Amino acid sequence: MALLQISEPGQTPDPHSRRIAVGIDLGTTHSLVAAVRHGVAECLPDAQGRAILPSAVRYLSDNGRQIGADALAAQAEDPENTLVSVKRFMGRRLADIADAGRLPYQFIDAPGMVAIATRAGTKTPVEVSAEILATLRYRAEDTFNDDLFGVVITVPAYFDDAQRQATKDAAQLAGLNVLRLINEPTAAAVAYGLDNSSEGLYAVYDLGGGTFDISLLRLQRGVFEVVATGGDAALGGDDFDRALADWALAHAGRSAANAHDKRAVLVAARAAKEALTDADSATLACTLVDGALAVPVSRAQFDALTKPLVDRTLSAVRKVLRDAKLRKDEVAGVVMVGGSTRMPAVRAAVGELFGQPPLTNLNPDEVVAVGAAIQANALAGNAKDGELLLLDVIPLSLGLETMGGLVERVIERNTTIPVAKAQDFTTFKDGQTAMAIHVLQGERELVADCRSLARFELRGIPPMAAGAARIRVTFQVDADGLLSVAAKELGSGVEAAVVVKPSYGLADDQIAQMLQDGFASAEVDMAARALRESRVEAERMTLATRAALAADGELLTADEVTAIEALLTDLTRIAAGDDHAAIDTAVERLAEGTEAFAAARMNRGIQAALTGRTLDQI
Amino acid sequence: MNLSDDDFTLFGLAPQFALDRTALDAQWRALQAAAHPDRFASEGGAAQRLAMQWAVRINEAYQRLKDPLKRGAYLCELRGAPINAENNTAMPTAFLMQQMAWREALDDARELPAVEALEAEVDAQQQALLGELGRTLDERQDATAAAQQVRALMFVARFRDDILRRLEALDA
Repeated sequence: MALLQISEPGQTPDPHSRRIAVGIDLGTTHSLVAAVRHGVAECLPDAQGRAILPSAVRYLSDNGRQIGADALAAQAEDPENTLVSVKRFMGRRLADIADAGRLPYQFIDAPGMVAIATRAGTKTPVEVSAEILATLRYRAEDTFNDDLFGVVITVPAYFDDAQRQATKDAAQLAGLNVLRLINEPTAAAVAYGLDNSSEGLYAVYDLGGGTFDISLLRLQRGVFEVVATGGDAALGGDDFDRALADWALAHAGRSAANAHDKRAVLVAARAAKEALTDADSATLACTLVDGALAVPVSRAQFDALTKPLVDRTLSAVRKVLRDAKLRKDEVAGVVMVGGSTRMPAVRAAVGELFGQPPLTNLNPDEVVAVGAAIQANALAGNAKDGELLLLDVIPLSLGLETMGGLVERVIERNTTIPVAKAQDFTTFKDGQTAMAIHVLQGERELVADCRSLARFELRGIPPMAAGAARIRVTFQVDADGLLSVAAKELGSGVEAAVVVKPSYGLADDQIAQMLQDGFASAEVDMAARALRESRVEAERMTLATRAALAADGELLTADEVTAIEALLTDLTRIAAGDDHAAIDTAVERLAEGTEAFAAARMNRGIQAALTGRTLDQI
Repeated sequence: MNLSDDDFTLFGLAPQFALDRTALDAQWRALQAAAHPDRFASEGGAAQRLAMQWAVRINEAYQRLKDPLKRGAYLCELRGAPINAENNTAMPTAFLMQQMAWREALDDARELPAVEALEAEVDAQQQALLGELGRTLDERQDATAAAQQVRALMFVARFRDDILRRLEALDA
């Protein structure tokens, strides 16, 4: 986190010191970390030169763990304790996992989010993901021999609020400062767009290991505007493996009896699928408990048995085009992302739908991490101003439960974020003093068919006749796509609010506890770390304020400048000490003292944007 | 420049129905480029909060301005003729007859081409009504009549949503 040097009082810190910010693609089957080095975004390899980290964590008997390739190698021999593709379980309940019975795990139907029993105890998908993130964090820190300022983590565009929040929790658990969650297709477009300096409407077809996304983006002068997004959060390469595995077992008249067999046949199916990318035929071969299995399969057979899966993706593509009221011939190019887009049948089907061959010139495994790294670099303030702006959308509509188990939509899907929207409701009983607020996400009409995000109550409404109270519910979605909801009775001013956290709720103190309990990233001394973080924040605020004063100081009166200077001097003095709470307080005072200045600068920026535009038009 | 300025002022546009979509989009990108929270990622919490407020306000105005129906309704409101759709459900008989005919046609349409043909018809009607709304607002300057046209258009828009849902169901 710290990378600015902490200078002694009186010394000027170097304003050009670069903040290390990386992009992480936390994928279903594999994960990568990338960074901008010497002006080029590239994936960072591990000590053995491998960029790809398989998203696999194996819990060992001695409280140790294997992460990545070593874990993957052991998955057939130790399937119950080797967790792969956990991204599919992030923010999901057991009931959401259609194929749970075919997976070799001992699932625990925990409220809010499923957990898995291992020999090292119960593990949530959040904890497993945190292990993977921490591994990538160490790799990046080793590469730069420095702490990280922050990360941009990618999520499927189609991830709902619970899945996004789970991802952010995992990052926190891994000790990462999340600058932004961005959508995978958007990241891919950034990598492609900046690479090819393209303009116009682009479709990003992202078929990963466990998720499918289709996004339409408009690229124009460094602005990446997501027009519409859709997809299927439970459709990916894993489903192709499973379809092939099921077919092969049926074909041979065999069955997978136990966890080992289930995993072995899936691993063999995946190998056969990958072989069929270049070869016309392959053999699905593995050893099951009751003997060897070897089933030859041709590409034509594979294509036929996985055609329903490809068709599902095409139907999602047509839906997103309809949503955006766009025709497929308006699409200037189709970007392919995700290892599963290597399958020839997928490329052919997408090419046929759009009437043009898809773009495949960047490595589909790396393109998302590379795009995330470019955005991370920009957010850390290392890129030139105005170079890159991502305008993303929420993928699924947000709404409230109303009478009769129906959903009233408050924010429609494909609305650009950040967004806030208020809707007024009223009481339906005389003298009603409380109102239950149930927040939902999804496109269906019935509450039962949508995802429940949060419930809270507005209490203390003064008793009045039914229909007389006016309750304003405000939804706010921030630039990460995360939701908060507030409710207020307008007559009395009674209020209630929630930051929507999925009900599995890793509360902040639980996370702190996990950080202290032998978690891989918890070796650091917590107190030293808190102090270091406070100092970095102080440094950051000081630099930002000085830069603002230099740029727009004339917006202030002499007295106002003096007041801000005094706050800066105070902060510098306190930051030299060891009391992190005092530093935080001084930072907060500076933030408050510069709020009006920040508002004035913001107004000037907006005015400039308008004026610049007017000049253009003249 | 104020968060409470009306949408047209915020975007530097004349308060009228006719609008150059390309200019609106360019203006939106320019405003977001100045105000988006990502522009202030390395500054303090105060700047972040303000940026968030501005970005939200700009997006709200953009959503309203780019949708002709919402833009029309907003203009009616600015000119003192709010829509109040819940309390004004009276519609001309001819209009209601056509709505019923459409609903029946949608119920009868089982195949994709039939639904698509109906969608094209409804779309054409919607465009024609929007054209009329534009003339009522910009030429005749009659906000009360325009509000009635907006209410009719809301019926059409709702019906079009039903058609799109049917298209999705047929495609799935």
